[in-house]
Amino acid sequence: MHFRKLVLAAAGVAIGAGTLMAAPEKAGAAEQFIPMLVYRTGPYAPSGIPVANGFRDYYTLLNKRDGGINGVTVTFEECETKYNTKLGVECYEKLKNKGPTGASLVNPYSTGITYQLIPKSAVDGVPLLTMGYGRTSAADGRVFKWVFNPPATYWSQASAVIKYISRRVGGYDKLQGKKIVHLHHNSAYGKEANPTLEILAKRYGYELTLIAVDHPGQEQASQWRQIRRLKPDFVFMSGWGVMNQVAIKEAAGIRYPMDQFIGNWWSGSDADVVPAGDGSKGYLSTTFHSPGAGFGVHADIVKHVYGGDEAAAKENKLGEVLYNRALVNAMYATEAIRTAQGKYGNKSLTGEQVRWGLENLNITEARLKELGMDGMVRPIKISCADHETMGPVAIQQWDGSQWNLKPEWLTPMRDIVRPLVEADAAQFAKENKITPRSC
Amino acid sequence: MFYREAGQFKTSYQDDQAIFPILQDKVAVLALVAFAYVIPFFANEYWLQAILIQFLVFALAAIGLNLLMGYAGQVSLGTGAFMAVGGYACYKLTTNIEGMNVIVAILLSGGITAAVGILFGLPSLRIKGFYLAVATLAAQFFILWLFNKVGWFVNDNPSGTVTAPPREVFGVLVSGAQATPEARYWTCLTFLVIFAWIATNLVRGRIGRSWMAIRDMDIAAEIIGIRPLRTKLTAFAISSFYCGVAGALMVFCWLGSVETEAFDLFNVSFPVLFMIIIGGLGSIGGSILGAAFIVLMPIFLVNFPPMIGIDIATDFQKHIEEIIFGALIIFFLIVEPEGFARLWQILREKLRTWPFPY
Repeated sequence: MHFRKLVLAAAGVAIGAGTLMAAPEKAGAAEQFIPMLVYRTGPYAPSGIPVANGFRDYYTLLNKRDGGINGVTVTFEECETKYNTKLGVECYEKLKNKGPTGASLVNPYSTGITYQLIPKSAVDGVPLLTMGYGRTSAADGRVFKWVFNPPATYWSQASAVIKYISRRVGGYDKLQGKKIVHLHHNSAYGKEANPTLEILAKRYGYELTLIAVDHPGQEQASQWRQIRRLKPDFVFMSGWGVMNQVAIKEAAGIRYPMDQFIGNWWSGSDADVVPAGDGSKGYLSTTFHSPGAGFGVHADIVKHVYGGDEAAAKENKLGEVLYNRALVNAMYATEAIRTAQGKYGNKSLTGEQVRWGLENLNITEARLKELGMDGMVRPIKISCADHETMGPVAIQQWDGSQWNLKPEWLTPMRDIVRPLVEADAAQFAKENKITPRSC
Repeated sequence: MFYREAGQFKTSYQDDQAIFPILQDKVAVLALVAFAYVIPFFANEYWLQAILIQFLVFALAAIGLNLLMGYAGQVSLGTGAFMAVGGYACYKLTTNIEGMNVIVAILLSGGITAAVGILFGLPSLRIKGFYLAVATLAAQFFILWLFNKVGWFVNDNPSGTVTAPPREVFGVLVSGAQATPEARYWTCLTFLVIFAWIATNLVRGRIGRSWMAIRDMDIAAEIIGIRPLRTKLTAFAISSFYCGVAGALMVFCWLGSVETEAFDLFNVSFPVLFMIIIGGLGSIGGSILGAAFIVLMPIFLVNFPPMIGIDIATDFQKHIEEIIFGALIIFFLIVEPEGFARLWQILREKLRTWPFPY
């Protein structure tokens, strides 16, 4: 009996493996393939789901409304990473050669996966678009030819947050002796802002305490006990996934004043504040685009993607902060492809050609208006030397039912951040024997 | 008919003690190894880079844990930590010592891991079974915390990630992004073949027998003259050496860049434990079969529905994969609690008498 079972099992596995090996390549129609590394399961799903939906809906909108990008259909395939670097690499390897010309660009949506893909992407010729995350020093396009992190990096963001805090306390000189806590995810992502915060602490004399929360972040009792003892003037948080909602609930639990609790732009979506109920009212976070579903692009998505069914669209997180962010990200990606088409023609483009499009991406206010995103996001112009653009950072506040944008947009401290970026990039170039391009 | 040892006479002790005394076994294993070496000529990059290298790394780690758990009977949940020690040690050795050969560095990091393993193996002299598992769990958490906390281990890199630098062996790049998947694959395969061979010999010899004596009954073993201290610590040392080498290969040949999260309990320690339970405790071949099952099955389950044209939502697919994978583990453990190694043994016995069973 055993023998027969074994033979059957072996045959089954062999057939399966055979089909895997002989994955057929699609014929070369005019289509542009964009891989999607998503996480709809696991402890990071609260953040991952709206992001994945936003990408999917924007690409679908382009295909249904405009027939693709200048007639070239956008094709995409999701691959579940669970925000795990190993699965991320597997997904990348699986998807990088799909489509007629391979992957146009990759949005890893994880700083850990980005770190892993940075060296690989240069070898494979697949540009990485890491919008507002990933390796900060990749902003130096002379060294990181294949990586783009517009509109601002963690370091730019941290400097803007310190700027915001200085406004709140009444000037940079008042920062002296103030206590600021950086509550961060204990990973490459969470630690990314630390060096900038430390340098600014030296400069302005605030007391910085770094408190780490281990993956996945469901357990934060000891961290918040420490915060309660410290009584910091401000808490800045770099969290992701389930860590955010737990932190906000804990903060509400110790009655920490919510308007002194500032999340970074990955710690300020609807899924983060809703679980804490009224306790999260007044919570602040940074962002670089407007929240809400009131823009032209949203109306188009409801009409073309959901066939006018607004309830279904809401069910799919339409208008949530991270959903909007994914729309912005998908817009950057597709506009880069459009830019590249201007040079190479309206056909399936290779990663190398899309990279050129990203580097010459120039989204004006007029173009945003055409896209239905005017007022939602700022214009942007990427250059060869500056892959970041150091765009302005806004602060949004949760009022218990929705996010409201504060009127002032804060410009990051370029004089402090840019030299740090260049120094770190130079170090990377030296370690990896890269000759920086001249721009 | 084909698998029959009748007529294969041994005329010297050396022949009788060969690893594969039966000619068919020898031929089959050699053919398998030869096949493994030529896979890169027809497998695509995805298979090599994402699946097969991962399998080789985990197979080596599973052999390491099996030496400790399957042969010496010491339960350990610290596999991830020991692999992390190997990976980080190799990173420090290659980046801080100019001109260090990467193969030497991998072996040295195995040695460093062995030292750490001995340290965390010390409690095994007093505590056994589940209690020892908890003690090794402490190693798992402590070591990862240490690497995350102390910047020295990552050369004060602010992000806390270690990235394998490009290094050559005989003029061929084997680590770093520029290294071809083929070169990485062959490097890992060579390590696995050599260390699997060493392990097979170890467990047949004096050391392996003393481990098994300790495993089966430590008091009896002591009475017949086996020193528990030395035996248990050699088990920890050698097992950790294997895990350390696997960890170094994981950083240098597979992932390229890691943070401590890559070595955590649920990413590494438990899967490796499941590999040896499913593969068969106390079997080198079983470790490799178990690693193949645990690594390949989820990937197969994820890729299978789209292959046959079933289009289902990504999250649903992932959940289904986890359910089926869990159910398969339970199924195999019910059908054969002693693992794939035992199934293989049954198959061999059937083959011996085939086509005329008694």
